[in-house]
Amino acid sequence: MTAVDPSTTAEETGDILAVAREQVLERGEGLSQEQVLAVLQLPTDRLSEALALAHEVRMRWCGPEVEVEGIVSLKTGGCPEDCHFCSQSGLFDSPVRAAWLDVDRLVEAAKQTAKTGATEFCIVAAVRGPDAKLMEQVRAGIAAIRAEVDINVACSLGMLTQEQVDELAAMGVHRYNHNLETARSHFPEVVTTHSWEERWETLQMVRAAGMEVCCGGIVGMGETLEQRAEFAVQLAELEPDEVPLNFLIPNPGTPFAHLEVPQGADALMTVAAFRLALPRTVLRFAGGRELTLGDLGAEQGMLGGVNAIIVGNYLTNLGRPAEQDLDMLETLKMPIKALNDTL
Amino acid sequence: MEPPADPRDPQRSGAGAVDETVERPFCAWCGREQAAADHTACDRRLATVDPPRHCPVCARRMVVQVDPVGWTARCSRHGESAGTHGFRR
Repeated sequence: MTAVDPSTTAEETGDILAVAREQVLERGEGLSQEQVLAVLQLPTDRLSEALALAHEVRMRWCGPEVEVEGIVSLKTGGCPEDCHFCSQSGLFDSPVRAAWLDVDRLVEAAKQTAKTGATEFCIVAAVRGPDAKLMEQVRAGIAAIRAEVDINVACSLGMLTQEQVDELAAMGVHRYNHNLETARSHFPEVVTTHSWEERWETLQMVRAAGMEVCCGGIVGMGETLEQRAEFAVQLAELEPDEVPLNFLIPNPGTPFAHLEVPQGADALMTVAAFRLALPRTVLRFAGGRELTLGDLGAEQGMLGGVNAIIVGNYLTNLGRPAEQDLDMLETLKMPIKALNDTL
Repeated sequence: MEPPADPRDPQRSGAGAVDETVERPFCAWCGREQAAADHTACDRRLATVDPPRHCPVCARRMVVQVDPVGWTARCSRHGESAGTHGFRR
């Protein structure tokens, strides 16, 4: 770095991290689209600097605690949608076959999750939106979990009608996940069977009904850095309670099977940039970090703006053993957020 | 074949419950014959992020359920296997 006069303002230096220090760290104002792009375009030799700043922002505006969550697939495969990254679409020649989880195993999965200290358990279904059968299964599952397990229940069931939103809120669903997946401008390259706007509408209904909004996406689906910056700012406009960040796992049989696993440095710079765009949001490590980042990269991410993780396995993919992540948090001296802090 | 493993059995191993004495000529990730190709990439996926998707005995696609601590995989011909994390042949 070139030495600068200490009286020079961040704007005068033109250095994006200096600007972010004043704007995001000191004032809590997320970066604009152009500013996020400037972070994403930083050379790799400034990655550690960007991560360190993102960590300071997270500590200042979110605190040291880490929110832990577990997820499970209630209904796997056979989805009528064509999300190009997804092995659960019935439209692709994927090896993933349809399966339903019964209520007993759903409750067992919630218990397994609660044992890790997690405060959130998310029930997920591969559907366009829930039908009556799925809503009934969700209702029975939530009732059984609430009777036996002390944990917040979240759901991810695709696009909802107002009636379904109201039903889920009445069931006591704490948080609803519906990812926008990517920038609005890139979405037609990722999904053609429904629109970005349809997803946005569901998210607005969820918020209006009083449920927390969980909305993120997947990095590495052929988007440009400009589109990645666009996505960060579109998420900021949504003001979600949580943003899960996934990294593409190219799955056989899907249209994105040929794409490369995102590079670790690229993924970590994205983590830092998203934290600088979303200073107060829960930013969660989700699927794909095992291939993209490995063990060392996961630690760097936790010290680079991330303040939540999914522990254990995902929907159709395996994660690291939960103990490994819990040990990592202990090593990093990051306390797990307690259940009574999430209500 | 051994009876299917209890998917909730905390003792289930990463190797799954498929009978070790049965010949397993197929790759559990891609379903192709082991001898027909290099399966290094398949093995990496099975060791990190993927449960088995094909029966290693007959290559049929299996019905797989992943849960927070493990997976179960059912072949219509060869029964159920279960494991925690990385699958090995």
